[in-house]
Amino acid sequence: MTTTTRTRTRASVPLRAAGLSWRVRPRGVAVTVGGLLALALLMALNMRLGDLPLGLADVVRATFDPSVPEHFVVMELRLPRALTGALVGAALALSGAIIQSIARNPLASPEILGVTTGASVTVVAGVVMSGSAYGGVSGLFSALGIPALALLGGLAGAAIVYALAWRRGLDGYRLVLVGIGVAAVFTNVKYWLLTVGDVNDTGRAMVWISGSLNGRGWEHVVPVGLALAVLVPLTLIGTRSLDALRYGDDTVTALGVRVNPARALMLLAAVLLAAVATASAGPIAFVALASPQIALRVVRCAQPPLLSSAVTGAVLATGADLIARTAFSPIELPVGVVTAVLGAPYLIHLIWRARK
Amino acid sequence: MRLQAAGVTLGYGDRVVVDGLDLGIEAGTVTTIIGPNGCGKSTLLRALGRLLKPRGGEVLLDGRRIDGMPTREVAKVLGVLPQAPTAPEGLTVADLVARGRHPHQTWYRQWSSDDESAVALALELTGLTDLAERPLDELSGGQRQRAWISMALAQGTDLLLLDEPTTFLDLAHQVEVLELVRNLHQEAGRTIVMVLHDLNLAARYADRLVAMRGGRVVAAGGPHEVLTEELMREVFELDAKVIADPVAGTPMVVPIRPLSRP
Repeated sequence: MTTTTRTRTRASVPLRAAGLSWRVRPRGVAVTVGGLLALALLMALNMRLGDLPLGLADVVRATFDPSVPEHFVVMELRLPRALTGALVGAALALSGAIIQSIARNPLASPEILGVTTGASVTVVAGVVMSGSAYGGVSGLFSALGIPALALLGGLAGAAIVYALAWRRGLDGYRLVLVGIGVAAVFTNVKYWLLTVGDVNDTGRAMVWISGSLNGRGWEHVVPVGLALAVLVPLTLIGTRSLDALRYGDDTVTALGVRVNPARALMLLAAVLLAAVATASAGPIAFVALASPQIALRVVRCAQPPLLSSAVTGAVLATGADLIARTAFSPIELPVGVVTAVLGAPYLIHLIWRARK
Repeated sequence: MRLQAAGVTLGYGDRVVVDGLDLGIEAGTVTTIIGPNGCGKSTLLRALGRLLKPRGGEVLLDGRRIDGMPTREVAKVLGVLPQAPTAPEGLTVADLVARGRHPHQTWYRQWSSDDESAVALALELTGLTDLAERPLDELSGGQRQRAWISMALAQGTDLLLLDEPTTFLDLAHQVEVLELVRNLHQEAGRTIVMVLHDLNLAARYADRLVAMRGGRVVAAGGPHEVLTEELMREVFELDAKVIADPVAGTPMVVPIRPLSRP
């Protein structure tokens, strides 16, 4: 071998130092950095809103300067809400990116893993049942809390789908089919519960199952933040296996990847991310489905890029919340309503453009 | 013995395809497995490449149980090209070949200069250097098959299992692929095991033929010992004449008529 230098433009460039080496996509880095800047701006714009309107400059000053009178409001109410939105969006998008890669299907999302639907049906059941027994949502919930219930429901839903889809290994196609079936059952049970429940309880439940960031505090930020802090590095390490899993099972095995453990571990990470996110903000629609597909097209790669997808999800959720709060002010829509309205046209636009 | 099947029983679901089979692969040889459809030759190859776990018996790689070895360590010694492999959409030849480096990489060493030179060498050996940036779907069948072999080469193993590497190729491309296999064997001393359908090409390009029927090895040895008129009747149920290949001198099968269906 003499020389391997070729003057070609590649989607990724090697980065080498001290025996370590990485492949870096310049476009992926640009999208991630640009996305983070946009996210910071959207979060600041969001934090202007509330009973005490603030300007953009006031928000920035109040965030970093404890002597400003608005510091308390910003730090205790507005920042946690904005952070919850961003982190939940990132977690859902990352979860969606992993699931879409493994299912080899752009229409796969945490819904088909039973996570969001499992969480919804459990929360609705909890609200409706404790409501009639205790004369309000205070009873059972003061002890257990909606987030804990949602987390349990989400994990249980995923366990059911997993158990039904497993047949000497996990096949993406079978997983999607089983997931759709289970989601349909959960959704119908949820509607049945909503019809039989007390009007006041079901109204409250409806807001939660649309996905809402209203009144979210640090107690909602911390679980999602912790989940992301642990799972983002782990999933990034797993990216290589995820890439390899796009090939046929025999090819991947021949390359020294343990197919079933690799797939199961990545799916577990996706389930945990979606369950924790849903527990914090309810099942915000469309973020997990659209963000990976948007990121994939903007970064121009073959498979949803994990980090860029997460940033896209954070931007999408935060932008949607901004619209939810301002579009029909003073009425505030649940963020989940807006994510669907906002995400769908953009995704359609991207698919349309790719056809040309 | 590089690779050995010791009393392996193989199957899918409730069906047993291979029952208690023994086979040894010598270092530095080209072994070709032949046999009628459904005789278990691909199944055997998958088991030799640890893609299928035996229900009974064991596969030994350099004397060690292949099941007991970390699959990644196996991938550094043994390359497998499965039958009709599938690649994700939109891949370039260079992407595919680079994937062969997977067992040598970790998350903190994703693309070393070793990887780069191994890929360049694999592309060169398969004559694909100029096509490296072409999308895989734009290649001809022969070029695509060469790209897959190139990926297996980039893996840097001296033991290669190829499952029907010439399927769907026209005769010229079949010969092209098999010439490549022969070069890999002669120049780099690689040990190669493959499954082929074309008996005449199998005889020409193999040191050793293994004929299978009904999950058993019926005959194994040099092409002249194995490819006889009796074997054609016994294994393929074919009345045939076996003459000397006018070019290579290896046995050549000229079919007359099937035995069972006159």
